[in-house]
Amino acid sequence: MTAPTLDRADHEAQHSAALARQYCTFWVDGLHFGISVEHVQEVLRYQQMTGVPCAPEAVLGLINLRGQIVTALDLRCRLGLPSRGADELPMNVIVRSRGEVVSLLVDDIGDVMDADEFTLQPAPANMPATVQDVVTGVLPLADSILLVLDADAAVDVSSTEPNPGGPS
Amino acid sequence: MNDDEIVTEFLVESHENLDQLDRDLVELEQSPGSRELLSSIFRTIHTIKGTSGFLAFGRLERLTHHGEDLLSRLRDQKMTMTADVASVLLQMVDTVRALLDSIEQSGADTDDSVPVEDVVTVLERVLAGESIGEEVAATTPAPVEIAEIAPLAEDVAPTAGEDTQPATAVTMPAVAPVPAPVPAPAVAAPVEPPTALSPTPAEAEHTMDEEGTARRGVVDASVRVDIDVLDGLVQLVGELVLTRNQILQRTDATTAAAADAELVRAAQRLDLVASELQESVMRTRMQPIGQVWSKMPRIVRDLAHQLGREVNLEMEGHETELDRSLLEALKGPLTHLVRNSLDHGIEPPADRDALGKVRAGRLHLRAFHESGQVVIEITDDGRGIDPARIGEFAVTRGVVSREQLARMEPREVLDLIFRPGFSTAEQVTNVSGRGVGMDVVRTSIERIGGSVDMVSVVGQGTTCRVRIPLTLAIIPALVVGEGGERYAIPQANLVELVRLEGEEQRLAVDVLAGAPVLRLRGRLLPLVSLAEALGGERIDGEALTVVVVQADDTTFGLCVEEVHDTQEIVVKPIGRQLKALPMYAGATIMGDGRVSLILDVAGIARDRVLVSAGHHVPEVRSSRVDSRALLVLEVAAGRRAALPLTAVSRLEEFSIDRIERTGSAEVVQYRDGILPLVRLAPAIGLTESPPRDGQIAVVVHEDAGRRVGIVIDRVLDVVEEAVVPTEVGRRNGVLGSAVVQDKVTDLVDLEAVVGPLMAASSAPSLAGAR
Repeated sequence: MTAPTLDRADHEAQHSAALARQYCTFWVDGLHFGISVEHVQEVLRYQQMTGVPCAPEAVLGLINLRGQIVTALDLRCRLGLPSRGADELPMNVIVRSRGEVVSLLVDDIGDVMDADEFTLQPAPANMPATVQDVVTGVLPLADSILLVLDADAAVDVSSTEPNPGGPS
Repeated sequence: MNDDEIVTEFLVESHENLDQLDRDLVELEQSPGSRELLSSIFRTIHTIKGTSGFLAFGRLERLTHHGEDLLSRLRDQKMTMTADVASVLLQMVDTVRALLDSIEQSGADTDDSVPVEDVVTVLERVLAGESIGEEVAATTPAPVEIAEIAPLAEDVAPTAGEDTQPATAVTMPAVAPVPAPVPAPAVAAPVEPPTALSPTPAEAEHTMDEEGTARRGVVDASVRVDIDVLDGLVQLVGELVLTRNQILQRTDATTAAAADAELVRAAQRLDLVASELQESVMRTRMQPIGQVWSKMPRIVRDLAHQLGREVNLEMEGHETELDRSLLEALKGPLTHLVRNSLDHGIEPPADRDALGKVRAGRLHLRAFHESGQVVIEITDDGRGIDPARIGEFAVTRGVVSREQLARMEPREVLDLIFRPGFSTAEQVTNVSGRGVGMDVVRTSIERIGGSVDMVSVVGQGTTCRVRIPLTLAIIPALVVGEGGERYAIPQANLVELVRLEGEEQRLAVDVLAGAPVLRLRGRLLPLVSLAEALGGERIDGEALTVVVVQADDTTFGLCVEEVHDTQEIVVKPIGRQLKALPMYAGATIMGDGRVSLILDVAGIARDRVLVSAGHHVPEVRSSRVDSRALLVLEVAAGRRAALPLTAVSRLEEFSIDRIERTGSAEVVQYRDGILPLVRLAPAIGLTESPPRDGQIAVVVHEDAGRRVGIVIDRVLDVVEEAVVPTEVGRRNGVLGSAVVQDKVTDLVDLEAVVGPLMAASSAPSLAGAR
């Protein structure tokens, strides 16, 4: 995006103040995920999407983010979790990965949290491979376990599902 | 383009080159052995020499010629770079500048105040290996002072206009950083200070130029802007335009907001301003095609020389502007087309004499704007392209099959030269035979959204017409609807829209082995349903809307649910996740803010027509044609017969109304002649089936200038498998039967069927036939 907007500038200001150990958290199928705030550009409510026929299953559509076309990926599908009910509208976590902006569709947004006092542990080996692939580790918090998402891995769907409608 | 323009172009280019040369020379003094730098300097001087020769600037040519000699020795390491040599080179460069200035002011290089001969003498002496230390010191006294006081450049400048003193001094500031007259081996240090003193030496230089020389001033009345900044601006304006569209929609008379008169007025102002802004920003990226034209005299001159041709180059539309990136992308293809014209088009002078043409061929380059596109025409008055030869060649090269060729219009045959694997050069010459075929030309032009086609008259010449969009960022597109979403089809791919309702649809659409085809004015177009192309189900409705599209060499019908309207859309890239999908070229944002995908017509063609449904598009499978190829026909309601493909010259369809009678024979008027018809079914002992849809399908057989039309039910296929004829079924008109594609097929005895008619038939032209 060549057009820095006010929103984005705000976010960047926040980011620069934030530490790398801060996570933007969200919920997907009851799981508590966190993604480093450095990667997160902004969080948006449900946006109207344009479907992309023949796209990998995880691609739910394209959204218009202030003139920029952003691919929206369904994290449930990406993680191999059961799909969202028809009446539940996902939220957009807009992340930047390798120079591109991608929206991750999640169920609900949590807080931004400081994880300084917690130690990152490897993901439990018995988690499904589809989840382990995109998780760099877990943070055992007091009331939940935060799965730390690897933004680059999460937005990479072209290689995992080259065919439309293929098994995810 | 007149001579003045060529000269101006030459001056601008040379000044740019000299700036580069100065930098190179400075660097060269720091690394005297650098072949790369020497080559670069050599090229610059060589270019100036070439063009000055072309423009008949004798003194400039003579000077650069000697300079070139010296440089080539240095480059080939026959001489070593010494301070002496460096000084002489710099002196040569200064003198070149002086001559250029003189040309700029007086239009000629004959200004005696420029000491060309002195420098040439020095160059000759250096070439002869003599030491020239004292001359250098003597002939270039001025630069030292100017070099030391670069900021004073402007004070020096006014004298340039008078041009009374040796012009060497005038142009020195540009060369200032070079410690030219320092006889000692070059030291890096002295080079830096002047640069450091004036942080923008280019600007200082420009200022001086503007005051000194009015003409170059015009060219330099510009600011260099990073292209990224411009690209960013273009993108922002694109977004602004989209936002404006949204606002306009909301303030439409039908909406509630329309009640607010102030808002409506503001929206209208926004509309105007945004449009103007868009135009202006687009203009910043525009550059005249003259930049490419200016290279042509040289290329043409060299080529003509090399190929032994005499050519008059004419150029027109020099000022036609187009997007900078497009201009860049055009250079290669245009150069190639010009080469082609000289190599294959314009004949050698002796041949032209023999043909009664003017000895010198005419090569005309013309650029102009037409309906939002830039059109570039390259016309020669050479031998033209003979479709028959092209067709023959294409068949032998396996580019098309003979059967396909038979169905092609002459224009389509010409188009074959753009196919991959086709090279027009009968013998590869070192001019055109560079491994860059016309297919590459077409590909590179299509990549920038353009198209290229050729018109040729044998013996009279060829015109190659290149059409390119003004800009890539905003394109006109047709918006269609499918499955509740809208898709944009770039206008460049559109051929026409066809809507078929009820009965029409039944008549015009046939389904061949599950593949729908559309009969459109005698041609069969493969139909692709957009729904299917997008991985969905085709829904057959009462009406059919077909968008006839074209990409690469394929034309096909895209069946869509709805057609909306034509819009200017801003092309935006789509994410990495979707790059692998061939059917999308990008995305855009519609007036209502929703995203729509832009269809990649070529991608859909590759994805659908040519790959998965190859059996009804013979282009793919019959890459090699052998003489045993058979055209398999249906006759007498379901019976199969086969003709040798070599006997087929064209396939036609005629309305039964067109059948006329002469004596007992049926004929149709065909290409200014009379085509006798023979009904195949009775001729091979079968019962004829009634004509379908009031049309008859005819295979035109041509032999020794005579034509016969063989009436059949329809063409089924072309097979290239070896068939074993049997005695079974042998009868009058049938050689025997064979199993073709697992079905018994009668092999038609062509002699027996058309023989009687051929004997009696008239030649295509009635007059003078007998």
